[in-house]
Amino acid sequence: MPGRARLAYTALAFGYAFLYLPIALVVIYSFNDSRLVTVWAGFSTRWWQALFANEQILSAAWLSLRIAVVSATVASLLGLAAGYVLARVPRFPGRTLFGSLVIAPMVMPEVVMGISMLLLFVGAEQLFGGPDRGFLTIAIAHVTFSIAFVAVVVQARLADFDRGLEEAAMDLGATPWVTFVTITLPLIAPAVASGWLLAFTLSLDDLILTQFVAGAQSQTLPMTVFSKVRLGLDPQINALATIIVAIAACALILSGWLTRKKA
Amino acid sequence: MRLVIALPFLWLGLFFLLPFGLVVAIALGTNNPDAVPPVDLGLSLKNFALLWSDDLYRVAWLNSLRIAATSTAICLLLGYPMAYAIARSAPARRPLLLMLVVLPFWTSFLIRVYAWMGLLSSNGLLNTFLKATGLVDNPGTILGTEWAVHLGIVYAYLPFMVLPLYGALEKLDNTLLEAAADLGAPPATAFLTVTLPLSLPGVIAGCLLVFIPAVGEFVIPDLLGGTGTLMIGKVLWDEFFLNSDWPLAAAVAVCLLVLLVGPMVLFQRQQARSLERA
Repeated sequence: MPGRARLAYTALAFGYAFLYLPIALVVIYSFNDSRLVTVWAGFSTRWWQALFANEQILSAAWLSLRIAVVSATVASLLGLAAGYVLARVPRFPGRTLFGSLVIAPMVMPEVVMGISMLLLFVGAEQLFGGPDRGFLTIAIAHVTFSIAFVAVVVQARLADFDRGLEEAAMDLGATPWVTFVTITLPLIAPAVASGWLLAFTLSLDDLILTQFVAGAQSQTLPMTVFSKVRLGLDPQINALATIIVAIAACALILSGWLTRKKA
Repeated sequence: MRLVIALPFLWLGLFFLLPFGLVVAIALGTNNPDAVPPVDLGLSLKNFALLWSDDLYRVAWLNSLRIAATSTAICLLLGYPMAYAIARSAPARRPLLLMLVVLPFWTSFLIRVYAWMGLLSSNGLLNTFLKATGLVDNPGTILGTEWAVHLGIVYAYLPFMVLPLYGALEKLDNTLLEAAADLGAPPATAFLTVTLPLSLPGVIAGCLLVFIPAVGEFVIPDLLGGTGTLMIGKVLWDEFFLNSDWPLAAAVAVCLLVLLVGPMVLFQRQQARSLERA
């Protein structure tokens, strides 16, 4: 047993090194004085200054942030509904289809979802003359794949606490709606908040779906980053990556704190 | 209550299910570069015939399946001991250890792939390190090869493998292992006959969570694979964005969907079953 445990811990340490070393190097080299991302030439904040003067990246970041807030909010509401149904409504016509529809976007290859959503928006444009591709279509696309993640978090939380409380409220004469608002919602609010954070970071990060449905006018942050890194390494991207990693870490810590199990 | 069911149902029906119908319809059409959108509707199977007969596409399909399969296997080999170590660690330490696995998933996918570009390029950090330490005098370039694609996929999807494995291993009843030991089973036998079979649902879920998206992966083969590594997600992307051949790209999407529908159904069954047990 000790031999095997040691092996497992070695693997764990190796795994963490594998996961974090590349990210750490990206962060370190954002402070490099050289244009070459691979040669260390002394400490400098020039790429950070260049980043904060880069209008293209700043406006893309602003667009991405707005889309992320809107899509995470809508996805949280729909994901809350979907997760609640999956955990609490065992039978209704179409239950199996409902379950599949909620989970499927989690594993659907993004290129497939991207092309199909674009064709939907193009079809709508042909039939109804709209919507214009941009903010709205990107937000709709992000909501569609984020619902699954919120629903799973909400469903897991609902499965965790027993229904006695809800049943007691109903026995005492509360309507289902009142029960939901006064009993269920406060109990699962942390899960919804953590789902919102996940949906927010997913939206902020999405490239493929966005590229398909964005149209010609809108450039989100990942689209801008992608077009830059396709041309090669760029220290400004290292600086931007450092900020993104910091935001992700904060969001995850907040989410972990929200969903921690009380002892 | 009806509204609570109807809202997500309608949203997903309209924006997720309905579009697949459109993809099938467009895949049966023909490319018309002069039209807006560049498609003539029809009922032709020639896009599918092309995907079947043209060597380029066949190579891309086989590459995608092979690369996804080997990457999934490597993920499993690396992820299993990690999940095992976390599940066997002190309960108070587990949330932190798990969070360290999840954090990369919350960090931008694009940025994580970008990180490997800097590591693997010809004068990148890995080669600099190899030369400086004298381990290899004249290392080749990994960036732009299939090796880089494998590395990228394993790196990007490792959290998806560790989490379900941990979920299965955490629930494992330790007394079963003690019983096996009491009955004289050596640790290896106990592992093979008790731990491994009981963690099988986690193994399956983890493998599917890595394999399915890896088959259709675009960003990793595009940024790390170079021109030599054809994968089907990249073919779809290029047909759509570079060649503006919407019907052919749609046909690729249909085939990808048909190919992956089996694994996806399997994943959903697994998911539903594990939630019922919870």
